Amino acid sequence: MDPKKCPMPEQEPCVRAHNFKEVALGYTEEMAVNEAKRCLGCKKMPCVEGCPVNVRIPEFIAKVAERDFLGAYEVITSTNALPALSGRVCPQESQCESKCTRGIKGEPVGIGRLERFVADWYLKNINKMPEKQAQNGTKVAVVGSGPAGLTCASDLADKGYAVTVFEALHTAGGVLVYGIPEFRLPKDIVANEVEKLKAKGVEVMTNMVIGKVLTIDELFEMGYKAVFVGSGAGLPMFMHIEGEALKGVFSANEYLTRTNLMKAYLEESDTPIIVSKAVAVVGGGNVAMDSARSALRLGAEHVYIVYRRGEAEMPARAEEVHHAKEEGIEFKTLCNPTRILGDESGRVAGIECIRMELGEPDASGRRRPIEIPGSEFVLDVDTVIMALGTSPNPLIRSTTPGLETNRKGGLIVDEHEMTTRDGVFAGGDAVTGAATVILAMGAGKKGAAAIDAYLKKEG
Amino acid sequence: MYKIVRKKELNPTVTLMEIEAPFVAKKARAGQFIIFRVDEKSERVPLTIASYDREKGTVGVIFQKVGLSTNMLGMKEEGEYIQDFVGPLGRPTDVENKKRVCVVGGGVGCAIAWPAAKAFKEAGAIVDVIIGFRTKDLVILEDEFREASDNLYLMTDDGSYGEPGFGTVKLQALLESGVQYDEVLAIGPVPMMKFVCKTTEPFGVKTIVSLNPIMVDGTGMCGGCRVTVGGETKFACVDGPEFDGHQVDFAELMNRNAVYREREAETNKTHICRMQKAADELMK
Repeated sequence: MDPKKCPMPEQEPCVRAHNFKEVALGYTEEMAVNEAKRCLGCKKMPCVEGCPVNVRIPEFIAKVAERDFLGAYEVITSTNALPALSGRVCPQESQCESKCTRGIKGEPVGIGRLERFVADWYLKNINKMPEKQAQNGTKVAVVGSGPAGLTCASDLADKGYAVTVFEALHTAGGVLVYGIPEFRLPKDIVANEVEKLKAKGVEVMTNMVIGKVLTIDELFEMGYKAVFVGSGAGLPMFMHIEGEALKGVFSANEYLTRTNLMKAYLEESDTPIIVSKAVAVVGGGNVAMDSARSALRLGAEHVYIVYRRGEAEMPARAEEVHHAKEEGIEFKTLCNPTRILGDESGRVAGIECIRMELGEPDASGRRRPIEIPGSEFVLDVDTVIMALGTSPNPLIRSTTPGLETNRKGGLIVDEHEMTTRDGVFAGGDAVTGAATVILAMGAGKKGAAAIDAYLKKEG
Repeated sequence: MYKIVRKKELNPTVTLMEIEAPFVAKKARAGQFIIFRVDEKSERVPLTIASYDREKGTVGVIFQKVGLSTNMLGMKEEGEYIQDFVGPLGRPTDVENKKRVCVVGGGVGCAIAWPAAKAFKEAGAIVDVIIGFRTKDLVILEDEFREASDNLYLMTDDGSYGEPGFGTVKLQALLESGVQYDEVLAIGPVPMMKFVCKTTEPFGVKTIVSLNPIMVDGTGMCGGCRVTVGGETKFACVDGPEFDGHQVDFAELMNRNAVYREREAETNKTHICRMQKAADELMK
């Protein structure tokens, strides 16, 4: 048996660096079947433990090996409503695949790639819209249509609730639409998932900024018996260094929203985006990689990742770092910006950084970066993108009496996903602060189960 | 989709539109704004709310056709629909507990000054209004302001109507004559708001300005609308759009507002092409 995963066909780095089409092209049926045969079918199923939504991994892989792709799809979707998404954006290396027995000697089974294959096969060959569910007449509101909200709404609809999803932006999908670029997650896949949700009978209302247009209390007055808040972590952070107000400094949120949601990379889009020659992206997470790779595709000649720790400490998925490097993104690790320089017209003319070294581990368990005095240098860039992380948006907590948050602005929930307000549940980044799509999906699932239990008890 | 139920040209470049948006109408208050998109390819553009009718479920906006998106909106007719209309966003004007205020509007900014003047009056304040325009042909909302104010001072730069001179000249005169204001609210082009702040500063009169920086989502997500107020970074969409004018870094605001100016000039050209193309196809 091959000790290595079957590689996934990809667009050549030199080609894909100039287009927004998906980078990874997916397995063929032959590749999928061969990869599926690498699964040992362990009785203990360690991989399932590593999955936040407990996909029955060996079971679906066995179906793939038998070429029963529809059967595989049914196994996956019995616990995971959005496999085309998770198969693409999950950090499998730190979840299911990290527990794979095959991984002890050689590479683990390509679980994520197989999940994606099954989801894509279904999308291409069947894509049956679900039946409209019989509704029990109990109304539940879901705030936000990102991974947490979509999963929660889907599970609640399956249980018979009359679900309305409220989305603040003009397109449903949350971070899947405004944040993650087309080349990593095609938007028609997200749109298809939203259509499936609607087919089930879920009402999706866009342009509804909860906390402004309607408050949580008004939702209850309108007859909703429970509310799930999956409003994400949309508030961008800045460094508060000199020069951040110059023309050419963006939060990653703004840069990515212009590119992804507003499609500024298409000529037909009216939304402008800055044309850059050289870009510094500050940060080391997936959002930083997405920003850097987007900048490259928008025509920048040099794109730098500026990160204050070392590469080993980067929170981004290994695959994203690998892809970014292949495409020519230049990594300036152990560097921290000290100020942004401007020209006489108020545009960015460079970014001054200082070199860092790693000290003792800090609270996060990662080694703390320490400045090396006198090591400042200037990177010649005309655009700076701050990808430092995001925190939960205060619009809901500031307009909902009794809704308590932690120090970082995350909603406080009990072991049943209920916030400090009766009947108000929450999950995903709105609770944890910026995390992953799959953790949000897991939270949406738990939220739906908790709401079901709560409403049954309330009678 | 959101229906345009009324359209009125107020002057050659300024248009009033009432849009059917019951959720927005129900909550709207003076000083807040909406974001619209004309069609699927359009930009998200903020406009401050000019009026609202809670019973009819309509919201009025008044806009100047300056860029691509406002021109496209201006081409829509009564009975037609636009893609998106979301709001009310931002914080409303604080009108409570003011004995006497002066509302200063400049050009199309008067569209926003009007609901603020009404709100101050409804809250029981004595309301002086100074509205300034370049020339007589550009005067808008004169009757509406007369109704919403105790004293109306209409100024034109060229003296072709009302009194000659900038609004700041009148404001200066009023302050010098000893009129006591709890607050001055200035709404208009950035340089005009800056000069109003300069005028009131020596008199120590609290001055509020309504800012309209570049925005994408309008919910605090993108940070594109960040402004420096009193040395702190604020997001105009959620912390504003109204701020203490004596604390605002106007130079920074003007610089940031120019980020896409070159590109905008260019798209104005392509925009004509796009409409021309549609027209050509219709002709065929």
